[in-house]
Amino acid sequence: MLRRFRHSREGLAGVLLLTPIVLAALLAPWLSPGDPQAMAGPSLLPPFQDAAFPLGTDRLGRDVLAALLHGASATLIVAAAAALGALLMGTSIGTVAGFVGGRTDEALMRLTEAFQAVPGFILALALVSVVGPSLGSVVLAITLSSWTGPARVVRAEILSLRSRDFVDAYRVLGMRPMQIAFREVLPNALPPVITLATVVIAAAILVEAALSFLGLGDPNRITWGRMIADGRAVLRTAPFLSAIPGAAIILTVLAVNLIGEGINEALAGKRVAA
Amino acid sequence: MMAASTAPLPDLLHVDHLAVDFDDAGQTVKAVRDASFALANGGRLALLGESGSGKTVSMMALAGLLPDNAVVRGAITWPALAMPPLLGRDIGVVFQDPMSSLNPVLTIGEQIAEVGMAHLGQDKAAALRHARDLLERVGIPDAGRRLAAFPHELSGGQRQRVAIAMAIAAGPKLLIADEPTTALDTVVQAQIMALIDRLVRDTGMALLLVTHDIALARGMAEQGVVMRHGEVVERARMDALVTRPTHFYTQSLIAASLDLDRPVPARPPVPAVPPLLAVNGLAKALGRGATLTQVLRGVDLDLRAGETLALVGGSGSGKTTLARIVMRLIEADAGAVRFDQGDLLALRGEPLRLARQRFQMVFQDPLGALNPRASIGRLLADPLRLHNLPHGEDAVAALLRRVGLDPVLARRRPHEVSGGQRQRVNIARALATRPALLVLDEPVSSLDVSVRAQVLELLRGIQQDTGIACLFISHDLAVVRAVADRVAVMERGKIVETGPTAEVIANPRHEVTRALLAAAPRLGRTTVEEGVVA
Repeated sequence: MLRRFRHSREGLAGVLLLTPIVLAALLAPWLSPGDPQAMAGPSLLPPFQDAAFPLGTDRLGRDVLAALLHGASATLIVAAAAALGALLMGTSIGTVAGFVGGRTDEALMRLTEAFQAVPGFILALALVSVVGPSLGSVVLAITLSSWTGPARVVRAEILSLRSRDFVDAYRVLGMRPMQIAFREVLPNALPPVITLATVVIAAAILVEAALSFLGLGDPNRITWGRMIADGRAVLRTAPFLSAIPGAAIILTVLAVNLIGEGINEALAGKRVAA
Repeated sequence: MMAASTAPLPDLLHVDHLAVDFDDAGQTVKAVRDASFALANGGRLALLGESGSGKTVSMMALAGLLPDNAVVRGAITWPALAMPPLLGRDIGVVFQDPMSSLNPVLTIGEQIAEVGMAHLGQDKAAALRHARDLLERVGIPDAGRRLAAFPHELSGGQRQRVAIAMAIAAGPKLLIADEPTTALDTVVQAQIMALIDRLVRDTGMALLLVTHDIALARGMAEQGVVMRHGEVVERARMDALVTRPTHFYTQSLIAASLDLDRPVPARPPVPAVPPLLAVNGLAKALGRGATLTQVLRGVDLDLRAGETLALVGGSGSGKTTLARIVMRLIEADAGAVRFDQGDLLALRGEPLRLARQRFQMVFQDPLGALNPRASIGRLLADPLRLHNLPHGEDAVAALLRRVGLDPVLARRRPHEVSGGQRQRVNIARALATRPALLVLDEPVSSLDVSVRAQVLELLRGIQQDTGIACLFISHDLAVVRAVADRVAVMERGKIVETGPTAEVIANPRHEVTRALLAAAPRLGRTTVEEGVVA
C-alpha cells in the first residue's frame, strides 16, 4: 500500500507540497516568536523590501510572514478537527444504516438528506452566527456541514459487504451485530473513506477561510481567511495582503487533493491486484 | 487435387518455451516458466493443473488476454493461419463465471448480435437472426423470446450456454474453455460439457480446455498437457495420461481425484443413540411478490452423534437454505428443529448466542468466509473469546495444529495462504468451541483435487476423534461417497430419496439421484452424454 503510494506521482507531489506547510504550522512559535497580531513595524510595507519583514506588513504594521506561519496552524487545526469529526459522525451513521437496514436505515438516510438539502456553507454560517465565533463553534459548524458524504460512502460499502459470507460466519460464531458491524465490517469499508477524507479536509479549509473572511472566525486567532478579509480594504493599493494568504490556501488545498489522488491510486492498484 | 488433400495440414497452434512474468509495482512474479505444446487443426487439447500452475496464464498469453504488466517470452505461432488470430473472430473464449463475463445491462440477444456485427459484417437484423439460431444450437428453449432476456433472468447453466453462443458466433478456428463448469453443479456441468463436445464435433473447430479436473478432461480432450509451478511436466494422449502417467505429479493428481468406480475406505458403524438433530416439516419461502419461491416444502431429517449425513442436490434444491435455518441465520416459515433435546428454533437473544457454540458451520467459499483484514490468529481467537474460553496464542496454535497447519500462520492474513490452508482455517474456527454439530456447505467444491482429498481426510479424522455430527452439503456424489454414512437427495425443497450412501449409489431409485450419478465425471469413461436441458 505504502509502496504503491510512493509510486504515485500525484501523491508524492502532494506530500512534498504539504510537508513545509505542516512544518510551518508546527514550528510557527519558534520560527516567529511573539504575538503575530502585535504591531512590529511600519504599515503597508511591500514584500521583499525589508529583510526583517520578508513578506511585508499589513495596515496595522503587523508582520505578514508571522501571520502566515501562525495562520497555518489555526487553519490546519480547524480543518483536521472538523474532518475528523465529520468522518467519525459519517462513518458511525453510515455503518449503522447500512448494517441494520430496514427502518433504521430509512430514518438515518432521511436525516442525511435533510442535512444535504441545506447548502453546507449556509448551515455553517447559520450555526456560527447563533453560537458565536470560536474555534469550537467553527469546527462544529464544518463537521455538521460535511459528515453526509462519508455517511453515504460508508453505507454503500457496508451494504455490499453485509451479504458476504464472513458476516454470516461471525453471526454463527455468536458475535453481537454491532460488534460485527464496527469491529469487523467497518475496517473493510474504510479505504474509500480515507480517500474521501482528503476531500473533506480540503473543503474544511475553504469553509474555514470563508467563515473567517466574513468575520465569523475565532477572533483571538489569525487564520488565512481573516488575513484575506483584512487585506480586502486595501486590495487596490496592497493586493499582496490578500494574495499571499490566498496562495497559501490554494497550495494547501491542492496538496491535500493530490495526496487524496495518490491514496486513491494506491488503493485502486491494490484492488486490481487482489 | 489428390496431393494437396493427403499432405498433412499444418498445426493450428505452436507454443514454444513460453514464459510469462508479471511486474507488480517493482516485484516480478513468474507465472509461467517454460511451457511448450502444440494443437492440431481441429484438435482437442486439455491444459491441466491446479491453481498457480500457470495454465490460465498460458491460455491468456495465446489468446492475447494478458494485462499490460505481463512480460511474455518464447514463441506463440499459428502455422495454419495466414494472419495472427483475432480474438472473438478466430478465437472464441468461454470463461469460468458466466455471470461476470456477460454484460448485465444488455440483453443476451444484443450481446450475441454484437459479435456478428463486429466480425461477420452483419446488420443488426441479420445479427439478431443469427443470434437466435445460435441460441437454438446451444440448446436454449424458446430462443426467439429469450433474445430479450437479461443475464440475471437466466440460470447459471443457461448463462454459460449464452457465453458459449457468443464464443462460437463468428465461427472461430479455436474455442477456449477456461474451467467452464466450475461454477455449476454436477448435472449442469455434464450438460455443458456435452454441448461443447457436440459443437466442436459439428464445426470442426479446435478445443483448448483449461481445467483442474483430469476425469473431465479425459472425456473431452485427445491430448493432455499437465502443468505445475509454471512448467509443463507431462504431455501425452489423454488415455495414456490417465492409464500410464509417467510424472509423479500426474500420478498424484489421478490418485487424488475422487472416482465413483474406485473403492472407498469403510466407515465405522454409527452408534445407535437418539438423534442429535431432528428436522421436521421444515418449510421456507424466499423472495417477495412475483419472485416468491417455496424453497423448502416440508423437509424431515435426523442426524446422530458421530454420523455424517450428506445432503445432495442441484443448485436451487434448497440445501443451503436448510443449512441456514439450522444455523439460525434465517427463520423458518413452518416446521420444527430439535437439537440437543431442545427446541432450536425457539431460542432467542443471549441464550441463542451462547448455544451457538454447540452448532457451527463451514462455508462454501473459504476466502469469502474469512474477514480479509483480520489475521488468522485473530480469526481463530474470535470464537474462543466470544464464548469465554482461553483464547491466547497457545489456544490458537493448538487449533492450527488440530487441522494440520503450522502455528506461524497465525500472523498471516487469509489472502496470504493457499486455498486449502484457508479452508483448514475455516474448519479450525468452526471446531474451536467443540461443537456437537458441524454443517459443511460444499466445503471442498472450490478446492483443487489434491487439496480436496486432504481436507476430506482431515474431516474424517476429526469426526473419528470427536464424534461430531456432520451435515455435509454437496452436489458431487463422488465426494459424498468418500465421507458420508447416509445420503439424502433433495430436489425442489423436498427430500426425494434417502438411505445408506453405498446403497443409494449402487441402487438409485429416484431419477434425480440417477441423473447426479450419470453426471459425475469418471476417469474410466471417454464419452460425454448430452442430457436434458436445465
